[in-house]
Amino acid sequence: MSTLSATQLRELYRYLYLTRALEERFENLFKQGQIVGGLYRSLGQEATAVGSAYALGEEDWVAPSIRDLGAILVRGVEPRLMLRQYMARDNPMTGGRDNTTHFTVPELGILGPISPLGTQISVLNGVALAFRVRSEDRVCLAYQGDGASRTGAHHEGMNFAAVQDLPMVAVLEHNRWAFSTPSDAEAAVEDWTDVAAAYDVPVEQVDGNHVLEVYDATRRAVGRARDGGGMQLVVAETYRMLGHAQHDDQEYVPGEELEAWRERDPLDRYEAYLDETGVADGERRREIRDDVEAGLDEAVQEALDTPRPEPSDAGSRVWADEDGPRVPWTRRSPVGYDDAPADVPPAARETGGEET
Amino acid sequence: MTEGTGSGDGSSTEGEQVTYLEAIRQALWEEMKTDDRVFILGEDVGNYGGAFKITEGFLEEFGDDRIIDTPISESAIVGAAIGAAQMGLRPVAEMQFIDFIAPAFDMLVNFAAKVRYRTGEGAGLVVRGPCGAGARSGPFHSQNVESYFANVAGLKMVAPATVRDAKGLLRSAIRDPDPVLYFEHKHLYRRIKGELPTGEEVEVPLGEARTHREGSDLTVITYGSMVHKAAEAADRLAEEDGVELEVLDLRTLRPLDAGAMVESVKRTNRALVAHEAPGFGGFAGEITAQLNEEAFEWLDAPVRRVTAIDTPVPYSPPLEDYHLPQVEDLATAARWLLSY
Ligand SMILES: Cc1ncc(C[n+]2csc(CCOP(=O)(O)OP(=O)(O)O)c2C)c(N)n1
Ligand SMILES: [Mg+2]
Repeated sequence: MSTLSATQLRELYRYLYLTRALEERFENLFKQGQIVGGLYRSLGQEATAVGSAYALGEEDWVAPSIRDLGAILVRGVEPRLMLRQYMARDNPMTGGRDNTTHFTVPELGILGPISPLGTQISVLNGVALAFRVRSEDRVCLAYQGDGASRTGAHHEGMNFAAVQDLPMVAVLEHNRWAFSTPSDAEAAVEDWTDVAAAYDVPVEQVDGNHVLEVYDATRRAVGRARDGGGMQLVVAETYRMLGHAQHDDQEYVPGEELEAWRERDPLDRYEAYLDETGVADGERRREIRDDVEAGLDEAVQEALDTPRPEPSDAGSRVWADEDGPRVPWTRRSPVGYDDAPADVPPAARETGGEET
Repeated sequence: MTEGTGSGDGSSTEGEQVTYLEAIRQALWEEMKTDDRVFILGEDVGNYGGAFKITEGFLEEFGDDRIIDTPISESAIVGAAIGAAQMGLRPVAEMQFIDFIAPAFDMLVNFAAKVRYRTGEGAGLVVRGPCGAGARSGPFHSQNVESYFANVAGLKMVAPATVRDAKGLLRSAIRDPDPVLYFEHKHLYRRIKGELPTGEEVEVPLGEARTHREGSDLTVITYGSMVHKAAEAADRLAEEDGVELEVLDLRTLRPLDAGAMVESVKRTNRALVAHEAPGFGGFAGEITAQLNEEAFEWLDAPVRRVTAIDTPVPYSPPLEDYHLPQVEDLATAARWLLSY
C-alpha cells in the first residue's frame, strides 16, 4: 500500500470532495443558465482522475480529458478559475473562447484537450520528445476514455509513444460507456488490458474507484516511465454514474448495474478507509468539507461578479504577429471599404476621387 | 422554382406542420422503407437514436444490419460507406457533429471524391451531420465545413434552409450516384417549422437554387441558416427603407446553380453574398468570382460579402455573437450597396 503521509491522505480526500462539490456547483449553475452549451460530469470517476494525477511530480505534464476535472484541480488550477472558465466569464486560460477542460497551462503542466477524441496523446508525445531532447527527467500522463481510445488518432499516438520509448503513461478510463455505446460495442476485447499487447507495453489494471490503488498503480507506472521503461498503460476500471452530458438521462444504462457501482462510490469507500485507519474521523472530514464548501461559496460569487468577455475580444489572438482586432466592415463607422478613407461615401467614390 | 415570399418554408401545399429535424427523419425513414439498399451507420444512431434523436425508433424498425452503431471511428465509418456504396448499397453515414468529419477527411477527399474519375466506378454515399453555430458550443461543435471541401472535385454538397428542402434534398442526396455531404444546421432543427405534403413525395433536385423571397433592388445570395437572417434583413429594409431585397437560397453548393445567381443579379444589379462561415477562403469568394465573370456589366455596385469574422467560433455568448454575421450586418451591407 501507499506510503502517503496522513497529511497527504487527507489532502487526497480534499481533492476528491472538491471535485465532486465543484461539479455539483456546475450543475446548479447550468440549471440557472450560468453555464451554457454542454456540461459533462465525472461523478463516480473522481478517484481515477485524482489518484493518478496525485502520483505525478510537479515537473510532469498531463493531458486531461473531459472527465478529468479532478486531475486539473490536483495540478493546481484554482476552483474560482474553473468556475470562470465553465461559466464563459473572462478568465486567464481561454478568455471565454473555449469551454470545459479545454485549456493549456504550461506552468502547471496541463495540455488542454480539444473535443475531437483521441487527439491528445500524439500532442503529448511531442511534449515527451521535448523532455527527451533536453535530457529532462520528466514524464507525461495522457487520459483517454474507452471510446476515445478506439480512434485512429489514438492508436497512432500510442504506437508512436511505444516505438519511441517515450516517458508516457496512458490512463485508459474504462467507464463502460462512450455516450450511449457500451464498451463491448466499442472494442472486441473483453479485458481492456489486452490492448497493451498491440503496442507491447507494460500494463496494470486497477480499481478506478479506489483512490489509493489508482495512486499506487500510477506511481509504479510513472516510476518505470521515468526510469527509461518507455510507455506504460494503466487501465482504470470505473463507471460513468450520470448521463454523457446534462441532456442525457441515460435511460439506456441498466439500473442494476448503476446500483452495483453506486455501492463502490469512490468517496464513500475512501471515507471508510479514513475511518478505519483513523487518518480522518467524521469530525475531521466534516471540517475539510466545510472548508471546501466555504471556498466554493466565495469562488462562485467571484465568478458571478466577473463579467463576460468584451464582444470585440472575439476578434484577436488568432496569430502571434497579427493581433486583430477583426472588425467586420459592416460594423465600422462609417461603413466603407476596408482600406478606403473613412469619410468618403461609396456614392462619391464611384465618380472617381481616391480610387485608382 | 419560385416558392412564395418570406413565409419561412415557402411551400404552398396543404399538409402537416413539421420541424426541420422531423423532415430529415422522414426522408431517412421513407428512403429506408422504399429502398432496402439504404442503411445508416454512425455513433449512437441505433440504441440511442442519434445525439439529436433523428433516428429514434429506427433500430426497432430496421434492425441492426441497417442501423449500425459504430465505435468512435469516423474514418472507418466513411470508409465502410464508400465500400458499401461500391457494392451497390446506399449508405448514409452520420457524423455526430459535422466538426468530427475531420478524421474522415482522407477517406472523403482522397477516396470517395476521386474514385469515379480514376476508375469510372462511383460511390453514392451520403455523409450528414449537424453544422453551424449559435448554440454556445465552442470551437469544435459549431463549425461550417463546406469550404474545407469546396476545392475538391467529386464531392457534392447541400445545405438546406427550409423544412421542405431538408426532406427533398436528403432524398435526392441518398439517390445520387456520387458522394454527397449534407449539412444540416443544428440551430434550425427545432426552431423552424414548415408544411410538408402528406402522402406525396417531396422532390428537390440537387443543383437548383430557390428564390426564398422576391425582390427587385438587390440579391442576397446565401444558404443554410443565413437564409432566415437574410429574410429578416429584407423585411426590415422593406419596412424602413421601402426597398425590396431578393433572397436567393442556393440549397446546393456543389453543383452550384450559377444560372440562378446570374439571372437574379441581372435583374437587381446588386449582389450581397452571405454565409455563416468565416470569409477568408470561404464559399462566398467563389460566388463573387463567378458573378464578376458572368454578370459584371449588369452590376451597379461591387459584390460584397457578409460572413463570420476570421477566427474560430468562440464559446462565450458575447464572443460568439460578435463572431457571427447578424441581421444588422446584412442590413448595413445592403444599405451600403444600395447607396450606389
Ligand atoms: C472524433 C470525435 N467523434 C465524436 C465525438 C463526439 N463524442 C464526444 S464524447 C463521446 C463519447 C466519448 O466516450 P469515451 O471516450 O469513452 O469518454 P467518456 O465520455 O466515457 O468519458 C463522443 C462520441 C467527438 N468528440 N470526437
Ligand atoms: Mg467511456
